Amino acid sequence: MGLEIPKQRYSGKVVQTRFGATPEHGGTRGKSYMIGGSDSLPFHAFESEKIVAPLIGMEVVDTLRGMDDVSLGSMGDIIGDPVKWARTCENEWNADFINIKLKSANPEEENRSPEECASLVSEILRATKLPLVIYGCGSAEKDAKVIDAVSQAAAKERVFLGPADQDNYKTLAAAALSNGHGVIGFANLDINIAKQIVILLMDFGVKREDIMVDPLQAALGMGIEYTYSTLERLRNGALMGDSSLQVPMICDCSVALGAREAVEVNPNTGDTLQRAINWETITAQTSVLAGVDLIVVRHPESLRRVRKIVSSLMGGA
Amino acid sequence: MPTAIEIYKLLPKKNCGECKFPTCLAFAMQLANKKVAIEDCPYIDDAAKTSLQESGAPPIRLIKFGPQDAQLEIGDETELFRHDKKFYHPTVLAVSMNDSMPEEEQERILQQAKKLEFERAGQKLKLDALALRNDTGKAEPLERLARKVTGESKFAIILFGKDPEALRPAALACKDRRPVVGTADKTNLTGMISLAKEGNLPLVVSADNLDELSELSSKAKESGLQDIILDLTREELASQLKDLTIVRRMAVKSSYRPFGYPTLMRAGSGEEGVSRATLGIAKYSSIVVLDVADPAVLYPLMTLRQSIFTDPQVPLQVQEKLYEIGSPKPESPLLLTTNFALTYFTVAGDIEKSGVSSWLLVANTEGLSVMTAFAAGKFTAESVAKLILKFGIKDKCTSGSIIIPGMVSRMSGKLNELTGMKIVVGPRESSGIPKFLKTLS
Repeated sequence: MGLEIPKQRYSGKVVQTRFGATPEHGGTRGKSYMIGGSDSLPFHAFESEKIVAPLIGMEVVDTLRGMDDVSLGSMGDIIGDPVKWARTCENEWNADFINIKLKSANPEEENRSPEECASLVSEILRATKLPLVIYGCGSAEKDAKVIDAVSQAAAKERVFLGPADQDNYKTLAAAALSNGHGVIGFANLDINIAKQIVILLMDFGVKREDIMVDPLQAALGMGIEYTYSTLERLRNGALMGDSSLQVPMICDCSVALGAREAVEVNPNTGDTLQRAINWETITAQTSVLAGVDLIVVRHPESLRRVRKIVSSLMGGA
Repeated sequence: MPTAIEIYKLLPKKNCGECKFPTCLAFAMQLANKKVAIEDCPYIDDAAKTSLQESGAPPIRLIKFGPQDAQLEIGDETELFRHDKKFYHPTVLAVSMNDSMPEEEQERILQQAKKLEFERAGQKLKLDALALRNDTGKAEPLERLARKVTGESKFAIILFGKDPEALRPAALACKDRRPVVGTADKTNLTGMISLAKEGNLPLVVSADNLDELSELSSKAKESGLQDIILDLTREELASQLKDLTIVRRMAVKSSYRPFGYPTLMRAGSGEEGVSRATLGIAKYSSIVVLDVADPAVLYPLMTLRQSIFTDPQVPLQVQEKLYEIGSPKPESPLLLTTNFALTYFTVAGDIEKSGVSSWLLVANTEGLSVMTAFAAGKFTAESVAKLILKFGIKDKCTSGSIIIPGMVSRMSGKLNELTGMKIVVGPRESSGIPKFLKTLS
């Protein structure tokens, strides 16, 4: 009888941008990606020119502080040695990229110096060929110096630096601009803040092609519905033609393993490791379904599962 | 929904008042606002009645099933995105068992299913239904299984099989719970329709593609069946997402009646089961049947369901105020947290566990957890200082110090500066509170 399927076409499209630089692009990475480019809701192949698969990265943190017991117990002694950790992400776990988190630069914690942070980034760049996302410690003052130092250490590698907010976007933007990197704007689960940070960065001279937005990933059970709806609203806005939202989005799903319910020992809610992996995988899948372009996970088993999920959502392609 | 004027045109215009409204127009206005039912008009002719029922029906039919004192409701959704309004009826989660399993295995699954009940953020999360599969193809084993589970539990029941004759005795055995029956496809549609009509039961129809599904659902409708459930189970997540999206879109945006019904997904087991179920909960499945009862799978999925189906305008949160846990004295410890319901209940529970009566100051972070609210700048030294002033904390709590969550230790300096109170950094996780409070006293 021939059912007529209503197809939704959009006027807007997410811009495409390069992430990671191979020798061809002046860097030393083994891989380089064109990210973004969505012209439809995620995985809606039936009404898209070309659907886009999200990249799946893994975190590498420079401190054990705040690390959950499940990961510590099941990922081995790699955690604690960021260089080895990064190498394993590439060689054994098959990550698309690495998200380095320089948490130990925090002045109220280990207070590691910008020089130490930069030399760690250099070491990781030598140890792996994967493209990098580099996050500071969250203290605006310290990050100004840290990000400046690591930006130089990673010159020409086309990394993405973040997170930039109202208070520190100028220093991050300057650091990115001087070395050909991209910037990640932080959106606090708020569509208006997302717009604002993109506009601020562009007014400062950063091109739209050099910007991503991190809307803030909340873990499953810890407000995941806010992230889910923020992602859906951001992507809908981009497709409807709001140019300040037409940038790729990144979510750090490793926060899932920060949720107590995910990692506590509790026989009523099942095997701890399985529950934890499900927690991180479901968190990641939910954001993938809402349109995120890059996700970060902690556990290698989550990465393996999310990769299968993405492949199945892409239609096995 | 038609307007009052459109409805009025179809009414008898006798102004008889028997509907308890003075005029037909007044009745039409009530009907347009869904305050009354069309049946309240004694003189309306059948054609007008059918036409009104059709046009006034919600885009997706509401179906009720399950035990009478704990009925489940599915369907009656109006949105494609929860942020546009909300999703109304949480996905029904079911666990399957089959009649060819050894009895011990059936017993094991039933016991496991009964344990899938959790208290979370002030709400009860639980498994809703059992799906009983007629793998033997015979009536007797399925009937026995149906009698067993209805006798020993309060779950809603879904009966799956190919042969309506084999399903009939089981359906009769649990007719009090209005079981869902299925699956009807093009090979057994007539027989399944009679079974459903006999017992006034919701019927699941299934087809490999949407064209055929639309035909089957139309045929079932023409036969006089009202409660139809569309089986949307696909191998790849890509086609699963596509079909669920198209069916929801055509139902609510184009009022396409053959798709105006709740949907069901057989998610299977293993990691594929989890990913299908996750997709189903986020994207429009009304019922998800899993072939696994493992709490390490069900608990995260129930948590996802609870999250996705909260009203975006009303997140799960508690009131901003100073709570008494136990019976605190002025000098008792004072703790700080945010108003996300789960955070509050967890912290309050852990304080109770410690046995140390305490004050708990809860900040309005619009329902965000400590970690998320802090990252989002909605839980800062400034906002907490204001709160301390607002509730006159220094007069009520005389210890002079406040215990803040370990995750926000970074606000210590600033908070001390702003309030003059001594800032004690508590544990990072609420679970550390009992030990922390005990060592404090």
